[in-house]
Amino acid sequence: MYVAENNVTGQGINLDPWFNHYASRSAGLSASEVRALFAVASRPEVVSLAGGMPYVRALPESLVNGALEKVMKDNGPMAMQYGSGQGIPALREQILEIMALEGISASVDDVVVTTGSQQALDLVTKLFIDPGDVILAEAPSYVGAIGVFRSYQADVVHVLMDENGLIPEKLREAIAEVKASGRTIKFLYTIPNFHNPAGVTLSAERRPEILEICQSNGILILEDNPYGLLSFEEDVPPAIRSLNEDGVIYLGSFSKTLAPGFRVGWALAPHAIREKLVLAAEAAILCPSSFSQMVISEYLSQADWKGQIETFRGVYKERRDAMLEALEEHLPDLSWNVPNGGFYIWCSLPENLDSKAMLPRAVTELVAYTPGTAFFADGGGRQNLRLSFCYPTPENIKIGIRRLATVIRGELDLLADFAGTGSLTAAAGEDNVIAPPPDLS
Amino acid sequence: MSSLNIAVLSGGISHEREVSLRSGRRVADALTARGHNVTIIDPDASLFATLKNLNPDVVWPALHGSSGEDGAVLDLLHAAGYNYVGPSAAAARLAWSKPVAKTLVSRAGVRTAPSITVAREAFRELGAGSVLELIASELGNHVVVKPASGGSAQGVSIVTKAEDLPRAMVDAFTYNDVALVEKFIAGTEVAVTVTDSASGASALPAVEIVPLDGVYSFEARYNAGETTFYVPARVSTEVSAKISEAAVSVHETLGLSQLSRIDLIVDEAGEPWFLEANSLPGLTETSSAPLAIEASGVELGQLYEALARAAAN
Repeated sequence: MYVAENNVTGQGINLDPWFNHYASRSAGLSASEVRALFAVASRPEVVSLAGGMPYVRALPESLVNGALEKVMKDNGPMAMQYGSGQGIPALREQILEIMALEGISASVDDVVVTTGSQQALDLVTKLFIDPGDVILAEAPSYVGAIGVFRSYQADVVHVLMDENGLIPEKLREAIAEVKASGRTIKFLYTIPNFHNPAGVTLSAERRPEILEICQSNGILILEDNPYGLLSFEEDVPPAIRSLNEDGVIYLGSFSKTLAPGFRVGWALAPHAIREKLVLAAEAAILCPSSFSQMVISEYLSQADWKGQIETFRGVYKERRDAMLEALEEHLPDLSWNVPNGGFYIWCSLPENLDSKAMLPRAVTELVAYTPGTAFFADGGGRQNLRLSFCYPTPENIKIGIRRLATVIRGELDLLADFAGTGSLTAAAGEDNVIAPPPDLS
Repeated sequence: MSSLNIAVLSGGISHEREVSLRSGRRVADALTARGHNVTIIDPDASLFATLKNLNPDVVWPALHGSSGEDGAVLDLLHAAGYNYVGPSAAAARLAWSKPVAKTLVSRAGVRTAPSITVAREAFRELGAGSVLELIASELGNHVVVKPASGGSAQGVSIVTKAEDLPRAMVDAFTYNDVALVEKFIAGTEVAVTVTDSASGASALPAVEIVPLDGVYSFEARYNAGETTFYVPARVSTEVSAKISEAAVSVHETLGLSQLSRIDLIVDEAGEPWFLEANSLPGLTETSSAPLAIEASGVELGQLYEALARAAAN
């Protein structure tokens, strides 16, 4: 044997001396092959249908510049100072007006401004989840939420949706199964409008039923609504929060209706929860950005923000239509939903195709998407992919879908060559829930 | 000595873009710390216009994967009259193709694992079932399936059961239309960095690679702590000499120059087997070449500077 057990010529080097010190909740925070492929998608040659960046170029700079200048001229020192951990009162008042558009009435005291609604998601999870607690979430669910839930070591149990959103009967079944297993369900996480990634909207009829199921089982609802105002046809049904104020935490955001660069979102929570949220927020970040809040508040006061949302709706509708048309033309064998708002189309691939395994071929063909596996905590979604129409121009969307068709044909041809040779199911792998980086178009 | 104007190329649109960005940043930092004027360029349609404006003394292509290691950019840099750190485009091409490199290295007397190189079309023309059967009968069920080119273990599978071979082939073909199937050689994985100097090519201390979960996958390569390195490798003096000899032989056989990394497996008997050659090796914070350089007693920046000066002249 050439390796001497006691050979001292070599010295073991671990490039991370703290490798064994990490908390168990950091598992999964690692570099991965899929994430590396997303790096290629940021190149201009690649048509990225993978990310979720809003098309902020549709926001006239003059609209924001006016607000920005006025804030600095009138209240510069305050804008650059620490602010309240709960957020500035003027903005919270305006947030009430926005939520009223979806039927919500609330007290300004119960609004907590956060650094994007993503932070609200993190704070709520921090408040409620002990390791092993169960969170119910739609199948599929927002990858960024799954990442937060995993970081607090929650068990995510998915509940099936159909074209009308979460299926009440499936919710009842999931609750019964979890309860039978002796585990504790802490909340239902739901995106009722123009779901990310599924694109569907929870029907008006189902909203009270979902609420009733949760109420009767003592389950809090976390209603995440970043896309509700971005409808292409009729307005969305009233928010679940509009039906009940004690059992629902509602999350909103300016990232899609204004711009994500401000990093401003909010939570509307029942009084007792709100108290804890404020303290948790102060512990995490002291306060949200005074500057961003004041600029947004001024923008909402001075600019035609509702008109701007109309502009965004028009831009995104045109892009959705371009994507649907291209899918019809180039990929008629795929199935997909027709979202009436938001950013995303959810596609189902032909049998045996694996969206994660196929991604390298897509990158070679200069098109990117997000594999469906990113949206499931349980390894599901291999046969699905999410296509974003929010950022690329209609022309690029058509090019991207044409390239995607080439990728899928190539992969189908390859699988056909191997048909009958055994299972072609890809190995499960551990790097399924890989979020595209936030700055990926 | 005067400082150099150096253009570091990193990024690109290969599957290894992310790795290349990391390598480029590390090289640039090391050279900047030595007082050189370094500009990082992500190659795109404006590359040669940018280089023209910059007029660098030397270009450092820290480009992994296609367009860097396949020789294309190297050929073009040469055609445009730039001095660069790295091998000739011809040498890069030989190393880039794993089957070609294997053939040449084997002829030069270095052990290579029994293998079959098979293009995707062969499965269609000859029938996947019979091709898979032949592969299994020739190489057994314990094999490594790789795309014929590319790095960072992308598209690579280690197969231990016949029923897993079809999917492994599909995964390799997702990266490249030609795949290399090699008999699995059990042993110790070592990476040997080879550098050129006036006295010829020499091997730096071999880096022994021990991934936590046993496989030197993409994740094991780029998550610090997922792999333990032993530098020098825990081998006898005699085996160490064999490793160095094999690595230098590969470097010279393929015509690589300045800096290469030769990956080998050392079997139970202490014999090195060639795995692959890297003409523009990874220089990231988790790559093995920087570990080898430091273990040789040379500071990273010092070696990078020497390579840049050698290329500039």
